[in-house]
Amino acid sequence: MKEIWIIARRELNSFFNSLMAYILLIAFLGFSGFFTWISGADVFMVGQTNMQSFFGIAYWTLFFFIPGITMGLLSEEMRSGTIELLLTKPVSDWQVIFGKFLSTLVLICIALAFTLPYYITIATLGPLDHGSVWTGYLGLILMSASYIAIGLFASSLSKNQIVAFLIALLIGIFFHIIFGVLAGNFTGALGGLFTYLNLSTHFESISRGVIDTKDLIYFFSLIALPLILAEMMLTRRRF
Amino acid sequence: MDIIVENLTKIYGTQRAVDNISFKVHTGEVLGFLGPNGAGKTTTMKAITSYLIPNKGDIHVGEFSVIDQPEEVKKRIGYLPEDNPLYNDMPVIDYLRFVAQIQGIDKSRITGRILEMVKLCSLEGEKHKKIGELSKGYRQRVGLAQALIHDPEVLILDEPTAGLDPNQIIEIRDLIRTIGREKTVLLSSHILAEVEATCDRILIINKGKIVADGTPENLRKKAQGQEMLKLTIEDAGKNEITAALQKISTIDWVNPVTGSDNRFEIQSRPNVSSRRAIFDICVKNRWALTEMVIVETKLEDIFRELTMN
Repeated sequence: MKEIWIIARRELNSFFNSLMAYILLIAFLGFSGFFTWISGADVFMVGQTNMQSFFGIAYWTLFFFIPGITMGLLSEEMRSGTIELLLTKPVSDWQVIFGKFLSTLVLICIALAFTLPYYITIATLGPLDHGSVWTGYLGLILMSASYIAIGLFASSLSKNQIVAFLIALLIGIFFHIIFGVLAGNFTGALGGLFTYLNLSTHFESISRGVIDTKDLIYFFSLIALPLILAEMMLTRRRF
Repeated sequence: MDIIVENLTKIYGTQRAVDNISFKVHTGEVLGFLGPNGAGKTTTMKAITSYLIPNKGDIHVGEFSVIDQPEEVKKRIGYLPEDNPLYNDMPVIDYLRFVAQIQGIDKSRITGRILEMVKLCSLEGEKHKKIGELSKGYRQRVGLAQALIHDPEVLILDEPTAGLDPNQIIEIRDLIRTIGREKTVLLSSHILAEVEATCDRILIINKGKIVADGTPENLRKKAQGQEMLKLTIEDAGKNEITAALQKISTIDWVNPVTGSDNRFEIQSRPNVSSRRAIFDICVKNRWALTEMVIVETKLEDIFRELTMN
């Protein structure tokens, strides 16, 4: 456990030492702030005191930003060869994977924490369903965790960060859009399957304030499966 | 802590990078791993650090197997990989702290250890610089510092002096020799002089197989076998001297050096020396013996002989 945190902290430091973390924070807060308060279906136009407009924006911005953060996690280490140095230290492949996963999750949580003033502001404007705000944040965190896991897997596939980024986006787009579209086109069992695979089905039900085990199982599988695959890819180099 | 390699085989695709090799390295020994490029040196070292899993065979570091207890092995090894990969965006001191933490060094001792390493590897002036800004020589020192920080009992150094200037090479060699007194060191190189200068024992590997194993002196003796001498004898003609030398019973053949009147090369018969006899002959004939040099077989020659085919 200690090793996981040491690896995660190094990764976080490197996010904040490069411009990565700041670009992410500024862009994320800029986009979500702009569309929550100023333009489009913003809070004032909707005229309701809830955070649905923010969650809707964050749902999309995180989808695009996360592959950009995760793309280098393993591919850069493989390209520069530092992965060899890391794996010949007394850590297991799992600890490396979990450490990298945790680092990005913490970074996303930091970004989300900066949006808490939105919550406080909206809460002062009128009556607010506090429960659904918190489950909305939970939904964003679960969604981010899924895309981080997918991004980490993509990063384990290639030494090239751009390739890793594109693979992550390609896999992500299935869960983000394509399964949803397919679900509308099919009926019966196949339609049901695509509806279940569609990430927004589960995200929306959680962000409305309903925490269903079905949704949790969905997210946890979507986190676990790519992580397992990433670990397998990392272990494969040893044979 | 000994390293015991038993029947190690590593296959990449259809190529046997390392083919059934076995050897031991003992505590307090510096073993030099020598071979042409692609001979299997790096693969063997990666297997010892448990980075690569052998196709066949096993490696023990102390009592721990790299296959069954890789974590225990890794705790006891300090490793400097080939090309010395490092996190370029980290300052030296932060990087050493990271390695110290991940090696599980006690919190209270970490700062002390880092300072010791900075001093040992002369990184005083660069410790706050980012690793990416360092010259190759300083990078190599950071690589050594991170390998030594947890005071490992076994050191694996893959081409530790690559890219250093002559002064730095001498410093690093001295450092390795000092460390090698108490620890088990395995270093690879294709610079023969380096191995000769730092190692107690040499292992020559070619095409995945061990082709020679011994101290530098032993290897040289084995390859030498017969004594070779270079002579300069003055005060007589070429033919006269050649004839006199050929009469000595211990001399195998005499070869007057072309283009010179009084220089000769001779080889003695196996296991005997002709030096006294040559001296006696010169004294008897009142010739002046102005040069007598033993031609040593160089490690280069052994290396070429064993790895060229």
